[in-house]
Amino acid sequence: MLLIIGCKQQQYKPERIQAELVPVDINIKSDTTITSFIAPYKLSVDKAMDSVLAYAPNSLTKKDSKFNTAIGNMMADAVFELANPIFKKRTGYPFNAVLLNYGGIRSPLNQGDITTRAAFQLMPFENEVVVVELSGYQMKEMFTYLSHGTAHPISNMQIILNKDGSLQKGTIQGHDIIDNETYFVATSDYLQKGGDNMTFLEKPISILPLDYKIRNLLIDYFKKKDTIAPVRDNRFIKEN
Amino acid sequence: MKRRNFIKQTAAAGSLIGLGGLSMSNLSTSEKKHITILHTNDVHSHIEPFPLNDPKYANQGGVARRLTVINKIRTENPNTLLLDAGDIFQGTPYFNFYGGELEFKLMSMLGYDAATLGNHDFDNGVDGLYAQIPHAKFELLSANYDFTNTIMDGHTKPYRVFIKDGIKIGVFGIGIELDGLVNKRMYKETKYLNPIEITQDITQKLRQEEQCDLVICLSHLGFDYGDKTIISDQILAQKTEGIDLIIGGHTHTFLDKPVIAQNKAGQFVLINQVGWGGINLGRVDFYLDSSKNLEHSSTVFAI
Ligand SMILES: [Zn+2]
Repeated sequence: MLLIIGCKQQQYKPERIQAELVPVDINIKSDTTITSFIAPYKLSVDKAMDSVLAYAPNSLTKKDSKFNTAIGNMMADAVFELANPIFKKRTGYPFNAVLLNYGGIRSPLNQGDITTRAAFQLMPFENEVVVVELSGYQMKEMFTYLSHGTAHPISNMQIILNKDGSLQKGTIQGHDIIDNETYFVATSDYLQKGGDNMTFLEKPISILPLDYKIRNLLIDYFKKKDTIAPVRDNRFIKEN
Repeated sequence: MKRRNFIKQTAAAGSLIGLGGLSMSNLSTSEKKHITILHTNDVHSHIEPFPLNDPKYANQGGVARRLTVINKIRTENPNTLLLDAGDIFQGTPYFNFYGGELEFKLMSMLGYDAATLGNHDFDNGVDGLYAQIPHAKFELLSANYDFTNTIMDGHTKPYRVFIKDGIKIGVFGIGIELDGLVNKRMYKETKYLNPIEITQDITQKLRQEEQCDLVICLSHLGFDYGDKTIISDQILAQKTEGIDLIIGGHTHTFLDKPVIAQNKAGQFVLINQVGWGGINLGRVDFYLDSSKNLEHSSTVFAI
């Protein structure tokens, strides 16, 4: 009779489609089963996050100055100070310099107690320290990149720009770059993989990941130093 | 004649013998269906609302509020699916402290039906993801990650067919290429398969073998890139067929309403994405009718 069912075509089709963006905001009451479920987790997270690591006499932001900033200098110097012993232990020699990125300074550091939470805000990502071995040519590419003027945090390097913004000189630990020399630069795995278009880091001569998260490094640095009061200096400047 | 119509009408008519007296239009008028799809993407461990001092999203979002909204919609229409397009993990200390346990537990409490994996869901490695599996009472869908040689093997499915009010809804997951985004030490032997080829296979299967009425792709490819060589939701929509709705993620794109793209066969595909951090819940309502009734008409997009 009517059971001609063998056909495999679909049975229903949308005749009308409607869509709406539903904002989840202050006008919506929180479901209390959820808030009470979260409560114990929140309590222990807050407790850990509010633990005080160090003290900042002044507020620091990445917008404080051009070419180099106190907060960026602090981050790059922290990597130099804390990652270098680990690198040296593995290789027998220290790395030469540090390069981070301006965009990686994710929040200001406010005047007052520096808490674990502040370290999480400064570095919310899981990026880790890697040390790349670069040729003299790749170092020069780096200086050309940096000469665009963004205040990417550096340590143990100096860049001076001419009045017109062109590169006057770039040095590493006080020395000019020698073409057939190689240099060891600590950076983040994010940048090494081409983040922020730092393509000169993509094909290093060698690479050593240190299994050290930058956030953990900052936490260790804050614990080590009682007071965090970095300054802007002349590591990256433009001639007047 | 369609089997489902036949069975339903017969049951309703009780002792009715034979169907000679019923015309086709009689059969179909009572057969309209309403399916609601709710979705999030890139929630990134934003369990609580954004802090009050957040420069952009102060006091927005929050899982507890999201449940209130979801419950209200479920009361209006019990035939609702709740889906997520990945990057569940990473973004607040809750992830750093509990490794995703709380995120999965809460999604289970909210009654999520399925989610796909984003790149950040690998931030604690395949092992870290595996460790949270017991807390997920929803499906993890991934059609183009081959986990065969990893600990995740057998813990995801390429797709799942949900049946709501007799409507078969096929949902499948598509992930982004991990190389370059995630450290290899994290994703280990996870293999990335071409999203377009996989989508062609899956949609074919969902439409033909599973006879799905609706097909939804949970994608973490990203909405659109200027570079046409990078596979995005736009590219996926254009180069495949058989998808009704792509729920996207990764690019944290705020769309006020779904974008309408055209697939390989010239049919319309909706692409939606609702930002990130649980600030919004996406809602798409499908009103369906027997395909017989719609043979000569086209879908109305009230969006
Ligand atoms: Zn994301």
